[in-house]
Amino acid sequence: MIINHPLLGPRDAQEFTYLGDASLIDRPDWEAADAQEQFYEYAYLRDNPAGEHRELWFHEIGDRSWLVVTRNTLTHEITSVEMARDVARSKGRSK
Amino acid sequence: MIRAAQDNRLAGGAIDRSRTIRFTFDGKSYAGHPGDTLSSALLANGVRLMGRSFKYHRPRGVLSAGSEEPNALVELRSGARQEPNTRATTAELFDGLVAKSQNRLPSLKFDAMAINDRFSNFLTAGFYYKTFMWPAAFWEKLYEPIIRKAAGLGSLSLQDDPDGYDKGFLHCDLLIIGGGPAGLAAALRAGRAGASVILADEDYIFGGRLNAETFAVGMQTGQAWAAATMAELQSLPNVRCMTRTTIVGAFDHGIYSAVERVSDHLAVTPAGKPRQILWRIYSKRALLCAGAIERPIAFENNDRPGIMLAGSMRAYANRWAVTAAKRVAIFTNNDDGHRTAADLLAKGVKVMAVIDTRADAPRIADCELLPDAQVTDTTGRLGLSYIHVRLGDGSERNIECGALGVSGGWNPNVHMTCHQRGRPVWNAEIAAFVPGESGTPGLTVAGAANGDFSTAAALRTGSDQAAAALRDLDIDAPALDLPQAEDAPINLQPFWYVQGGKGRAWLDQQNDVTVKDVTLAHQENFRSVEHLKRYTTLGMATDQGKTSNMGGLAIMAELAGKSIPEVGTTMFRPPYTPVPIGTFGGRARGKNFHPTRETPSHRFSVEHNASFVEVGNWLRAQWFTQPGEVHWRESVDREVRAVRGSVGVCDVTTLGKIDVQGTDAAGFLNKVYANGFAKLAVGKTRYGLMLREDGMAMDDGTAARLSEDHFVMTTTTANAVGVYRHLEFVRQCLFPDMDVQLISTTEAWAQYAVAGPNSRKLLQKIVDPDVDITNEGFEFMACREITVCGGLRARLFRISFSGELAYEIAVPTRYGDAMFRRIMEAGREFDVVPYGTEALGVMRIEKGHAAGSELNGTSTALNLGMGRMVSRTKDSIGSTLSQREGLNKPDALMLVGFKPVDSTHKVTAGGHLMTKGTPVDAKHDQGYVTSAAFSPSLNSSIGLGFLRDGGNRFGEILTLTTPLTGADVDVEVVSAHFVDPKGDRLRA
Amino acid sequence: MRYSGLRIIKEALTGNKGWKPAWRDPEPQPAYDFVIIGGGGHGLATAYYLASTFGKKRIAVLEKGWIGGGNVGRNTTIIRSNYLLEGNGPFYEYALKLWEGLEQELNYNAMVSQRGILNLIHTDAQRTAFTRRGNAMILNGADAEMLGVEQIRARYPFLNFNDARFPIKGGLAQHRGGTVRHDAVAWGYARGADNLGVDIIQNCEVTGFRIENGVCKGVETSRGFIGAGKVASCVAGSSSRLMAKAGMRLPIESTVLQAFVTEGLKPVLPGVITFGAGHFYCSQSDKGGLVFGGDPDGYNTYAQRGNLPVVEGVMESGMALIPALGRARVLRMWGGLMDMSMDGSPIIDRTEIEGLYFNGGWCYGGFKATPASGMCYAHLLARDIPHEYATAYRFDRFRRGYMIDEKGVGAQPNLH
Repeated sequence: MIINHPLLGPRDAQEFTYLGDASLIDRPDWEAADAQEQFYEYAYLRDNPAGEHRELWFHEIGDRSWLVVTRNTLTHEITSVEMARDVARSKGRSK
Repeated sequence: MIRAAQDNRLAGGAIDRSRTIRFTFDGKSYAGHPGDTLSSALLANGVRLMGRSFKYHRPRGVLSAGSEEPNALVELRSGARQEPNTRATTAELFDGLVAKSQNRLPSLKFDAMAINDRFSNFLTAGFYYKTFMWPAAFWEKLYEPIIRKAAGLGSLSLQDDPDGYDKGFLHCDLLIIGGGPAGLAAALRAGRAGASVILADEDYIFGGRLNAETFAVGMQTGQAWAAATMAELQSLPNVRCMTRTTIVGAFDHGIYSAVERVSDHLAVTPAGKPRQILWRIYSKRALLCAGAIERPIAFENNDRPGIMLAGSMRAYANRWAVTAAKRVAIFTNNDDGHRTAADLLAKGVKVMAVIDTRADAPRIADCELLPDAQVTDTTGRLGLSYIHVRLGDGSERNIECGALGVSGGWNPNVHMTCHQRGRPVWNAEIAAFVPGESGTPGLTVAGAANGDFSTAAALRTGSDQAAAALRDLDIDAPALDLPQAEDAPINLQPFWYVQGGKGRAWLDQQNDVTVKDVTLAHQENFRSVEHLKRYTTLGMATDQGKTSNMGGLAIMAELAGKSIPEVGTTMFRPPYTPVPIGTFGGRARGKNFHPTRETPSHRFSVEHNASFVEVGNWLRAQWFTQPGEVHWRESVDREVRAVRGSVGVCDVTTLGKIDVQGTDAAGFLNKVYANGFAKLAVGKTRYGLMLREDGMAMDDGTAARLSEDHFVMTTTTANAVGVYRHLEFVRQCLFPDMDVQLISTTEAWAQYAVAGPNSRKLLQKIVDPDVDITNEGFEFMACREITVCGGLRARLFRISFSGELAYEIAVPTRYGDAMFRRIMEAGREFDVVPYGTEALGVMRIEKGHAAGSELNGTSTALNLGMGRMVSRTKDSIGSTLSQREGLNKPDALMLVGFKPVDSTHKVTAGGHLMTKGTPVDAKHDQGYVTSAAFSPSLNSSIGLGFLRDGGNRFGEILTLTTPLTGADVDVEVVSAHFVDPKGDRLRA
Repeated sequence: MRYSGLRIIKEALTGNKGWKPAWRDPEPQPAYDFVIIGGGGHGLATAYYLASTFGKKRIAVLEKGWIGGGNVGRNTTIIRSNYLLEGNGPFYEYALKLWEGLEQELNYNAMVSQRGILNLIHTDAQRTAFTRRGNAMILNGADAEMLGVEQIRARYPFLNFNDARFPIKGGLAQHRGGTVRHDAVAWGYARGADNLGVDIIQNCEVTGFRIENGVCKGVETSRGFIGAGKVASCVAGSSSRLMAKAGMRLPIESTVLQAFVTEGLKPVLPGVITFGAGHFYCSQSDKGGLVFGGDPDGYNTYAQRGNLPVVEGVMESGMALIPALGRARVLRMWGGLMDMSMDGSPIIDRTEIEGLYFNGGWCYGGFKATPASGMCYAHLLARDIPHEYATAYRFDRFRRGYMIDEKGVGAQPNLH
């Protein structure tokens, strides 16, 4: 596969390490009343869709960016690649 | 040895008669010419029998003239280079070639295993599922060894492959797969347009089917046109022409895998050259011009040597100037079969008849035509001698011939369009599957591979499809002035097998799958194509059904009362043709399997008799053998005693080192470590325990605060990469606005542990005079950026893994070797020793420090005795889930120490702990020993391990059982801190 | 009809006309007591044991394609019980014991071949880990033997003992491990279940669940609604897709595991061998092909095909371990979809929806588990309590913190 890195252009997926669903960005609030339940769902439950999937890849043999790749799990077609940091900020994550 | 003459050699052909090549087959010497394949040369010498089938050991001759060959498989070359299952049809002849037939006992002509053929009624499809069940133990002992010995085809030498392999990467706008008329026209159009083009063909000359035909292209022969086109293509710098190169797989996003056979056509692989190269081709677009493969017709005893595909028979005559026999006949259901008759006649071969299944068969060749006729049976023990023909009026006739060309039509070579699970679609006009719409993205198809069988159509579609592909890339490719070429229509009447026979008609000639087997599969309800394949093994041979599948599908369709497309096809999978494992392996063999990382003191260690151990990709000194030391334990015990008694030095560069900088650096560490870091003073180091989000211990190490916004973190050697990745995840994905930067400095700093009561005295000789490392000026857990050896920048940490007064000193990597030597020199007065990972390990076990064996991914902070370190007053990775019930059971495993009750006994790592008096089984398992060593300090074997409720069981005697060896040892539960439990030495 | 050598002779002498269909192709009934979704090894085994061991009737197996077309037909055929943890060890040993009597029970030769499996050791840490594992195996009633280098060399002289980057230092053998002809497992169970009246319905895809007031009443299928007393999902590889139709999210991700086979060769490898310093394991089939594989591709996929980095990586490891493989040719590569669970261990449990049961999350260890999975699932379906060997395979173990993590890599499915 080829991942079109937003900063570096197309790179072989072999340069990257895969983590999983981009929902891992949505880490719950540790002080929530049901924090343990929220963390359980965050850490363990997945949509695992057959089709479009937003997922995290790390450019390990490269610039060490985490990317959010939108890829179809049936065809492997990649339709979007974003910097994970931008995605995280857009979801309101900060410090 | 008698050398047979090339009796079956014809005139013409693309062989170099000026040179004669010698080769042997089954020990017999023959002659051929450059340009020959092994099969063409054998045929030239009158050899039709080339192999034996898989199950019935029936005599087999060549069926085809290409890589689809199922029958003529040989063991090529000898010794360590012996290559089983090599297709004689693609093996280029070289001087001294040695080939042996395979899967026969004792010889090809007399094969004792052919007895199976007599019992074929018993050995039907799937018979083995119905028997060999009693008694159960006989399967492994009796039945299976016999079956395994009989099965298999060729033999591996089992010697290390002496040849080298390589890998390479190529990029292009357009990859053209196949260099026949379609591929050449495509390459010409794309090449002239300036696009970067790769043209690859599995054959050793370009031209594809043009080399096998007598057609004119424009005013010249097909071969001349191909040669002229190639001359132009090779002059274009933007076109790379690759012969002997098979595109074997279509992978995601336009990536193709190609195998180039660099040296297989040579007697000896040239020095420094690989045998084959695996290319990874990154294409923006690809065009499949892989042609078509002819399919046979099934009839009784259609598997005798001499019976071959008609188009291949023609290829042998035209390209290689050979005929399989002096008298031949043709059996066809289409016009193309007649061409073979015409071409062989033109070469002076006696064509006895063309038997055509069609009542309206046209007269094309000037020989006897038998329309509305079928070949019903054949005779000839080791080679064809007669065919039996049933004429339209029901009368029968025997025709004497040594070879029969069979044509059931042609199947477009759709393979590559299906590698991404594309499904071919049925084209009734040619009665064959053609590429479907949703095939491989970026791949289009031209020529016969798309069902456009005529030369003119191949040229036209090749050119057009190349232009269309380039248009996608915004490259305008002007039209070509294409030459005139043969444009014959396809006249074919689908015909799959001759009915009415009582004997066997072969579909898969290698695996011995006959029409009867398909019928039986249907009868037993193995009716889906996949069941058919798996039950009968149809299409599972080395050609993966290239010549056999269609016939089987057609018969299943007929039996099931369905159309062929309703029955469907099995999945085409890479590789297109089989690829040596060595080629995929490339250079990653032996010591080059993985890169080797050497520490900065590697050379010093070599010079000082170090034994090395692999730690990931690192090589670390395990111990340093001194003269007189025979057993490794002597060396390790000495090193431990030396450190505890005076001072030693150990290269710890391999520990992961991560620089953490920024105004939020402390806050960041507070997130990633379970324990607090926000309040760590500048100039201080703290032990840190890192958890995974699921609450399990991930790694441990230290973080030193060099300044307000600058920390240096260490990780374990094993987890250096993973921890760094995790930190970047936390930084970029969870806390993107934290002002913190990370960089791995593992390879930037050489780091040495200097440990032992004399370590301070030693280091005082190394550090620059203004650096105060007295106990007051540089207390336990202090850290500082300093200079050493007269101005060299260094980092000094007062941390200890051994439990002794100890420091770790880091210098830029390029000074590492010098620093090690300097320490050794400065320490001479203290009898300093270098020590390795074994002594390091012994001392950390004595001190009760957890390491990889304890941080095994299933241990929690609580298990490690560090439960209270997990702060509940801040958010850190893993803290929430670490509070789950299952991780906080009252009797949770706890890390404790073990000592044998009898100090002469040994504690074994991996042993399991049992309470005295309970049964020794899994239900009563109390825990296990994670690490064990002989402690020179205690003069006893000791161990660390996890014990259920271990913290409350000090003093209890347990059975440490190792059922693998049968050893049971009584051990006492003790504190994990065997040495200096109060830490007085650390702080001295 | 009963299979035997005698029957083969009789049929051979009468033109093989008497062989009956191995299973029927019935039309679906409007309702069953048990509807098992998925005609793979586990689904068919479940149906078989429900009917045989538990004496249940009115059972259907619904298969969207052809039976045995999922992972039971695309794995590398290995059986073993070399598990470490208490939740797994007894279960897999039970599976191995069921394998040992399977063919006689089913009257079908699935070529259960206990030729042994050998896990190679290359580091001291591995030796410790395998010592612990081998001990655990024996304590669980399985067999294990620690082999030294010379013992391994005697059996496998062609391994790289000369210039290996990661030298072989020993190996943990399980002699009762081995291989089974994978397709035959599906067929044998199908034939056995069919004989007991189970309806095996091929080309019948479940498109939805009919759930009323939290109770599952049956399934919508491509062949109409089929009512059910109990609905049992058994579609590892596609579990998330199916259970999403019931509104469930699972602790599972799907990835692809590639596998490879070479051209047929005369006998080379006596048993199953796994490389401990790279991703490679290999055995030789009765037909002569070397069957091998390595790690999964690692990204989420439902595509049943993989990519080159893993293809090359597996074969690099193969060459590192057995340099004589260089001239054996890879004939075919394929991929199977893995239900990768969050701790690497399976789930056999009730769901929160009454009447809906779940079996999945097998990662790439499902084939070897087939008989025990079927038996334990049938037990759960028949009696509504877990089988004694499958008590740990609960959904709520993640919420409560009772993971069964053999590899110790945590909640990252692609690493299991």
